[in-house]
Amino acid sequence: MYDGGKILIGLIIFAGLVTFPLWNNIGKATVKPDPKIDTPEIQKMAVKKCVEPKAVMKTVHMKMLNDWRDAVVREANRVYIADDGKQYAMSLQNTCMKCHSNKSKFCDECHNYAAVSPYCWDCHIKPKEKET
Amino acid sequence: MINRRQFLKIAGISSIAGLGGISVSNVLKRNWLEASQVEPDPKAIVGKRWGMVVDMRRFNTEEDYRVVMDACHRVHNVPDIGNPKQEIKWIWKETYEHAFPSQEFENPYIEERLKEKPFIVLCNHCDNPPCVRVCPTKATFKRKSDGIVMMDMHRCIGCRFCMAGCPFGARSFNWRDPRPFIKKENVEFPTRTKGVVEKCTFCYERLATGLIPACVDASREAAKKAGKEPGLIFGDLKDPNSEIREVLSSNFTIRRKPELGTMPSVFYIIGG
Amino acid sequence: MLEKALKGSRRYWVWIFFLLVIMGLGFLNYLRQFTFGLGITGMSRDVSWGFYISQFTFLVGVAASGVMVVLPYYLHHYKAFGRITILGEFLAIASVIMCMLFIFVDMGQPLRVLNVIKNPTPNSVMFWDMVVLSGYLILNVIVGWNVLSAERKGVPPPSWVKPFIYISIAWAPSIHTVTAFLYAGLPGRHFWLTAIMAARFLASAFSSGPALLIILALIIRKYTKFDPGKEAIQSLGKIVTYFMITNVFFLGLEFFTAFYSKIPGHTASFEYLYKGLEGYGRLVPLMWTSSILAVVSLILLVPPRFRRNETLLAIASIAVFASLWIDKGFGLIVGGFVPNPFERVTEYWPTLPEVSITLGVWAMGFLTLTVLYKIAVSVKEETAGGVEYEH
Repeated sequence: MYDGGKILIGLIIFAGLVTFPLWNNIGKATVKPDPKIDTPEIQKMAVKKCVEPKAVMKTVHMKMLNDWRDAVVREANRVYIADDGKQYAMSLQNTCMKCHSNKSKFCDECHNYAAVSPYCWDCHIKPKEKET
Repeated sequence: MINRRQFLKIAGISSIAGLGGISVSNVLKRNWLEASQVEPDPKAIVGKRWGMVVDMRRFNTEEDYRVVMDACHRVHNVPDIGNPKQEIKWIWKETYEHAFPSQEFENPYIEERLKEKPFIVLCNHCDNPPCVRVCPTKATFKRKSDGIVMMDMHRCIGCRFCMAGCPFGARSFNWRDPRPFIKKENVEFPTRTKGVVEKCTFCYERLATGLIPACVDASREAAKKAGKEPGLIFGDLKDPNSEIREVLSSNFTIRRKPELGTMPSVFYIIGG
Repeated sequence: MLEKALKGSRRYWVWIFFLLVIMGLGFLNYLRQFTFGLGITGMSRDVSWGFYISQFTFLVGVAASGVMVVLPYYLHHYKAFGRITILGEFLAIASVIMCMLFIFVDMGQPLRVLNVIKNPTPNSVMFWDMVVLSGYLILNVIVGWNVLSAERKGVPPPSWVKPFIYISIAWAPSIHTVTAFLYAGLPGRHFWLTAIMAARFLASAFSSGPALLIILALIIRKYTKFDPGKEAIQSLGKIVTYFMITNVFFLGLEFFTAFYSKIPGHTASFEYLYKGLEGYGRLVPLMWTSSILAVVSLILLVPPRFRRNETLLAIASIAVFASLWIDKGFGLIVGGFVPNPFERVTEYWPTLPEVSITLGVWAMGFLTLTVLYKIAVSVKEETAGGVEYEH
């Protein structure tokens, strides 16, 4: 192999760079995200139930919000009829966050863990949270 | 043994298959949501073609203007940037000679008072909107149901082609983060982020829940208090029995730059 | 072939390093723009496009002009251009890359730029501009690279490249026509609303592009062992001459229509640019510089005696390029926004960060151009100036 040494060094540097996120995080304690739903608003609810079942919300909330915004802004459909027939106004600010008034403990908890930063809050006003 | 060419072929095909797999799972996810239903709010006010008449006879004092402008800018979190080069406005005043530039040539002998009189200007919600024609992402679009020229701030890439396209200067761009310049936030409505274009949307969000546009509402309220007629009339241009049609048929009205063929749906009664 | 760009003289590396520094500065300023917003530029609510979009417009012309060497060679078998078609193609590649970067730095929400592909909108000229620009880039990469590799191996280019060459010839005017349509179809902008906009764009493109090519060819001859050829340079000179005359003629047509009809909307922008409007006239000295340079260039270009002198031709080329850069890379875009839709004047002048970002993009373009030209010239040096093939 010509220039075998150079190629090997190059490969080692490459492998090092590619695996950077892995060994950079080795040994660092990661706290499992623990989103909280114990806001005063939810406490007050007789039946503690979101728009759709928890498992569904967990997996498709991003898709759902995306569809909601198109439905509201582009098609002027504002009302969401849930699987159980209940109706909700499709609004991040005025529906979701009215119950989940703890953005930092609800949204950010998982988003930070998953290192995603949706740009919702660049425009939508987040609920005022009490300093804890 | 496989040679390099075969390996590359297999690798290529399997990556295409992989991408296909992702789209299949996307389709499945979408199906779940499509099974759910959405519908308009039953309280919504519906029309076939929204339009507005600005009756300039009713705008006389500073207060008459301020009421309607403030009502809009307050509910929509329109910032007060303070720098005219970067300002954002949805509904504002512009003197007659500048709001109707060609009128200057039509009659140079009109009263000085009218020339200098501030007129209320806003997005014209044209029938034939050039901004919609030029937008490369459909972030600005005309609603088929009622003709409102809408803005989807989620989609706007900030190319500002629409600002070059609009002959009425109705569009504002967020040259910087607007939030520090909003005196009092309306928490029911979003703000905008830097880098997107915004403008009047005929209060689509209020119409959808059964309220008339904020400026029209404010104008009505103020007029009622003073025992006068309101300066802004809003209604369905396609409905021959509507109030707006009655006003349009019984008054002489003009539109801004009609020669461009964009067919504005905002009409002006000049008055004396 | 890429390895050819890695071996160069000291001067080569100093130049590369210099470009990298300018790019770095531009990038730092872009980061500032990215966090703060486009408010750090001189653009405003009234003049909502500025330096970036005007550079883009100008450079689409330079990119399209590559066809001026490709067409005579491939369609008319004009041998003298055989040696320099690659220079035209590589100039097109570098220019298109700059165009794309200028569009990108002009975006308010650059991270959403793929929305243009996600929501394809055929009624928007911007959408078509994206289509034709990326198509042109791909065509030139395919053609340039394959023809050059074949030349290096001493064999004729593969026959499958031919159709791409012919497509690229037809494609070149389309990129500039579509770019003109960005402006020429807007109802409220009288200055741009002119049917000869695309024709004007092509005329200015086919004079400024080959003018730049002449300058580049002379630089290559001076600093490398490859000579693009006296005849090729002279022919480029003729192309520049004819298109510069056409360009000035077209500008004259605009003036006639505006000032003979005396329709205020048509004259206002011209008045702002050449005389000042309502006391504002920041662009007036620039526009007159452009006009004087245009006249000077024509004096040097039209008489064959002057044109044949390569020093004078070089001066004329610089004059053409500078004149058209001011006219199209600045005045045309800003002029269209003044006066604004309310017939009020808001002036525009780029800010320092804006200029730095602009220079950064130009540096990036020149870096691409340098690397590509280095490769091309090294191949030409090896094969002693290129081999001619029947095609």
